Amino acid sequence: MPKRANSFPEEVLEYVFSFIQTDQDRSSISTVCKSWYEIERWCRRRIFIGNCYAVSPRMLIRRFPDVRSIELKGKPHFADFNLVPEGWGGYVYPWIAAMASAYPWLEEIKLKRMVVTDETLELIAKSFKNMKLLVLSSCEGFSTDGLAAIAANCRNLRELDLHESDVEDLSGHWLSHFPDTYTSLVSLNIACLGSELSFSALERLVARCPNLRSLRLNRSVPLDRLANLLRLAPRLTDLGTGAYSAEWRPDVFAILSRAISGCKELKSLSGFWDVVPSYLPAIYSICPGLTSLNLSYATIQSPALVKLVSQCPNLQRLWVLDYIEDVGLDALAESCKDLRELRVFPSDPFVVEPNVSLTEQGLISVSEGCPKLHSVLYFCRQMSNDALITIARNQPNFTCFRLCIIEPKIPDYLTLQPFDVGFGAIVENCKNLRRLSVSGLLTDQAFDYIGTYGKKLEMLSIAFAGDSDLGLHHILSGCDNLRKLEIRDCPFGDKALLANAAKLETMRSLWMSSCSVSYGACKLLGQRLPRLNVEVIDERGHPESRPENSPVEKLYIYRSVAGPRFDMPGFVWTMDEDSALRVT
Amino acid sequence: MEGKAHENDLNLKATELTLGLPGRDEISDLPNQTKKRSPPADLKNEEGNPDAKNAQKGTAPPAKEQIVGWPPIRSYRKNSLQVNKNTEAETAAGIYVKVSMDGAPYLRKIDLRVYKCYPELLKALEVMFKFTIGQYSEREGYKGSEYAPTYEDKDGDWMLVGDVPWDMFMSSCKKLRIMKGSEARGLGCGV
Repeated sequence: MPKRANSFPEEVLEYVFSFIQTDQDRSSISTVCKSWYEIERWCRRRIFIGNCYAVSPRMLIRRFPDVRSIELKGKPHFADFNLVPEGWGGYVYPWIAAMASAYPWLEEIKLKRMVVTDETLELIAKSFKNMKLLVLSSCEGFSTDGLAAIAANCRNLRELDLHESDVEDLSGHWLSHFPDTYTSLVSLNIACLGSELSFSALERLVARCPNLRSLRLNRSVPLDRLANLLRLAPRLTDLGTGAYSAEWRPDVFAILSRAISGCKELKSLSGFWDVVPSYLPAIYSICPGLTSLNLSYATIQSPALVKLVSQCPNLQRLWVLDYIEDVGLDALAESCKDLRELRVFPSDPFVVEPNVSLTEQGLISVSEGCPKLHSVLYFCRQMSNDALITIARNQPNFTCFRLCIIEPKIPDYLTLQPFDVGFGAIVENCKNLRRLSVSGLLTDQAFDYIGTYGKKLEMLSIAFAGDSDLGLHHILSGCDNLRKLEIRDCPFGDKALLANAAKLETMRSLWMSSCSVSYGACKLLGQRLPRLNVEVIDERGHPESRPENSPVEKLYIYRSVAGPRFDMPGFVWTMDEDSALRVT
Repeated sequence: MEGKAHENDLNLKATELTLGLPGRDEISDLPNQTKKRSPPADLKNEEGNPDAKNAQKGTAPPAKEQIVGWPPIRSYRKNSLQVNKNTEAETAAGIYVKVSMDGAPYLRKIDLRVYKCYPELLKALEVMFKFTIGQYSEREGYKGSEYAPTYEDKDGDWMLVGDVPWDMFMSSCKKLRIMKGSEARGLGCGV
């Protein structure tokens, strides 16, 4: 084939490509022709890998030789709810080890649901002199010793975010490992740490970092320390308080109020553990500027919450406990016309009877009163089809709708019917819906609606629902854009999976636990689809020790170009081409 | 506060140790009740009648045990709520306090909300640790056994169980300790 000269020199193309940021677009331009593929791979700087087992470190490095920013995700989402057994996988060390030599100029590492060890953190600290951003979201496996290594060695670190990770708290002294010459901190999120920090080290750190804009403290930081910190960092835009409690003293209150009002650029507040309500007014002065408020740990009752949100007309995001009640959500709908995202968490999730007056009415109010609301996570104890239909009609712009009716399999409390038509209305009206979690009593009909109308749906979570394989079949055959499907405790089995096997290669992953998928079907899938890893997770012992038609405990299927992984624990087996022939 | 040990009917259900969280068995059958516990007699009728229960709720009987990973809430959030509950007596679910007994190898935990009065609590402790508490009197403390039930209050002081009204005890009790022997005899005897 004759070579064509490029119309533009490489440098020009590289310059043009630098404006193309999203992964999909980058992927598209790399398929135009061989020379564009080559140019693109040499100048790709940001990599996102949604499933760390979909590709290997070696493959990544071979194709993209000069990466500066990497984002990796490990365990499936249901790991958040303890459904993935300890030891399943998601180890990041092999990635770091490979990148340590290949990407010495790596600046950003973002990890989610991965196992990160102190050894890993030490390797990061040693290998990447230009490390600027380290985000460990919902990770585990490391201790404050690992953090000390990062603090001591990453001279150019701007952002350290331990978002909701499970850290072994050995001591609060790791903060002192930031050298006195270190001044580049812009963002620090240590809200998840359990034990006491070295407060003087924290204050000195905040004092010498003039670019600090985001500071999320942990519960151990008492209220009387907060004022000092705020005075040292008046340009904060994002603050996570520690425990928001102290004995009532007017002078402490006055000092705190003054310090908070000095932070004129505050846009986001969180923390608020152990709230003493009389101290809440200390934040009133900055409420008009708030766009994001996370009160999901604050056990304050509805009247105080109403008083607070009515002073936040620019609020875009609210996370709150169900203490807000319907009356509080009515007030929210009145005051916060710019609301985009609402999450209401249950204060007492394990009791069947309601402890607060939060019902479907609250959600109806916000869907009616907040025209920009597009993302909702709502825990409640009663719901009706009428309410869902009303909500869908009020707010057709939902992109993310997650409803958790706390008691599994309960029906519409007014009609005692399943919620098929209610969720049907949601998917039919909300044409931009990308993420959906369903709950309550649902028949296969609900999934027929979802398959018919949920054309843009990318992620679907199902629990304790459906009647038969038909339900799963509706989803797999109907939802054209489905990427992640997670199912637990549903009577879905072999027929739907095998009939839609090819669909699985178009998705990132499928999780099914406590369903009716047989070992035999898993073997068949593994055999037929070599580009899928079909993982059987079963803590009862090898599935060969049970009949072929016996259902597996858990099943995790994901597409991969890296083949089966080699770091599996004893209760995980990958079904591959040979599995049908293998004896044990 | 009743001075007699067994004035109320023995609420065996309340003292029974189960794997489920307290409150579920008794409350779940009575959808129109508030969180206050009903007298034992009514509860036994409700529980023994699954048809009545179903007719009221129109569903299968609610699960008694906690389902793994349901409702879908992250562990750190659950733990945070639990800590909140231990520090605030106003919230609806249990007030869990540790109970230690001198000489016992490990501690137990009980939910104070399960009991309505001192006799119930003391009876439960007797059953849990297999011992007998003496007769309480304001003047002499617990007479007739070598054990004395004590608790640590909000100020960190060790107090004899039974001196203050039950509600005050419930909101101030941080942990329980069943003292034995000479230490026990010291309490309530003019110290």
